Amino acid sequence: MLLISCPYCETERPEIEFRHAGQAHVARAADPSAVSDEAWTEFLYFRDNVKGLAYERWRHVYGCGRFFNCARDTVSDKIFATYKAGEPRPNVETEAAP
Amino acid sequence: MRFHLFNLLQQAFAGNQGWPPQWRAPEPKPAYDVVIIGAGGHGLATAYYLAKEHGLSNVAVIDKGWLGGGNTGRNTTILRSNYLWEESEAIYEHSLKIWEGLTRELNYNVMYSPRGVMMLAHNAHEVQTFKRHVHANRLAGVDNEWLSPEEAQAFCPILNISKSIRYPIVGAALQRRGGTARHDAVAWGYARGASLRGVDIIQNCEATGIRRDASGAVAGVETTRGFIATKKIGVVAAGHTSVVMSMAGVRMPLESYPLQALVSEPIAPIIPCVVMSNTIHAYMSQSDKGELVIGAGTDAYTSYSQTGGLHIATHTLDAICELFPTVRRLRMMRNWGGIVDCTPDRSPIIGKTPVPGLFVNCGWGTGGFKATPGSGDVFAHTVATGEPHPIAAPFSLDRFRTGRLIDEAAAAGVAH
Repeated sequence: MLLISCPYCETERPEIEFRHAGQAHVARAADPSAVSDEAWTEFLYFRDNVKGLAYERWRHVYGCGRFFNCARDTVSDKIFATYKAGEPRPNVETEAAP
Repeated sequence: MRFHLFNLLQQAFAGNQGWPPQWRAPEPKPAYDVVIIGAGGHGLATAYYLAKEHGLSNVAVIDKGWLGGGNTGRNTTILRSNYLWEESEAIYEHSLKIWEGLTRELNYNVMYSPRGVMMLAHNAHEVQTFKRHVHANRLAGVDNEWLSPEEAQAFCPILNISKSIRYPIVGAALQRRGGTARHDAVAWGYARGASLRGVDIIQNCEATGIRRDASGAVAGVETTRGFIATKKIGVVAAGHTSVVMSMAGVRMPLESYPLQALVSEPIAPIIPCVVMSNTIHAYMSQSDKGELVIGAGTDAYTSYSQTGGLHIATHTLDAICELFPTVRRLRMMRNWGGIVDCTPDRSPIIGKTPVPGLFVNCGWGTGGFKATPGSGDVFAHTVATGEPHPIAAPFSLDRFRTGRLIDEAAAAGVAH
């Protein structure tokens, strides 16, 4: 069970209050009809599926209901930072190195 | 060496001390015709069929650990083929038919046991979808039948069909040819068969890079035991497929999740079949050792940790205790996790990639064990000929671009 700090509620809550929502910072094209099939396929389905430091979205479904982002190591499951949607990804590379 | 009654008796009287190794442990050669990355069931089956069906014996199977040590050794050993779509029925039924004769073919007892797989329905929606599956399967010549709660209990007497439980059982779909097999034996049997045909199985040899030539085609694999030159690579790396494919610069439509299972202390036989419940995320059968083998759900987030959250296992045990009240006092002996690679449509990816010479067999998600023989067979054809086997063709990587997804909701309910 992860303990996740919601950046909106500013409290640390158990994982079951949240829902994982996949890779973060996947931007939807402003004009989907203008992008190629390949780019649209990448957007819809292809993911980095990183082993190591990953940036991902979570939603505090049983709290404030808002989406936010999280930097987590997918091997140790250690969470380095959570931050609000729209904020740039924090630089935690140095911390994540073994 | 072939197993037969005479040498079994001879070894039994000699204390089973005289068995030769079942496969060779060769040093990697500088070059092979084909290198398979991943010595699990699917990878070893691929190598076996490459050698047997396609005459390619200059093949290596490399693995970062020991063979069969990943998801092949971590699953709950359930076999069935009652999937919804024709493409899925074709590949899983192809596989089930191979399972039926596999022990004889490999001269290795894979302990295939067609004891019946019963999937419980708990609400009106499941009754409708399962009946749809039954009809679709029967049209495709795949056995599947609908049972009332009373018939389900007659088939599995310890099942609780009380109407007062939280999720009462309102019916069940039963595939009688489904069942279980011994997971390790499948890997060992294919390893032995492949090794006898000249395939080199190289354990403790991790792929660290994929080298490509000036044209972009595959030139070889960098490993922890040196460079191995090859023109063809088959990636069969399950949960680590995205990691291996990234070595060739290929992104995949995959997400890797921990999936866990657990076993109880061994007891006398009490459950004659496999029971699955998608709604309440539980499935159970009994191993030949007597342990109840219980499958739990995936964790809610992607991870490579190879351990699942305890609350996921607890949730499953709640369901198990309600479905089978008689097991409530049992102690659980072990639980463990494996990393499963899930595709967006919950169907596998078998075939070519944008890199010439690089082939991939992945995305089996939470239910790959049952497909081991069929997957190996069609993937070997794909690697050997360079073109997809007709059964594998619909499962191309390209389907995500064309939109011809195979939205297989009959994959284990744990994947949803």
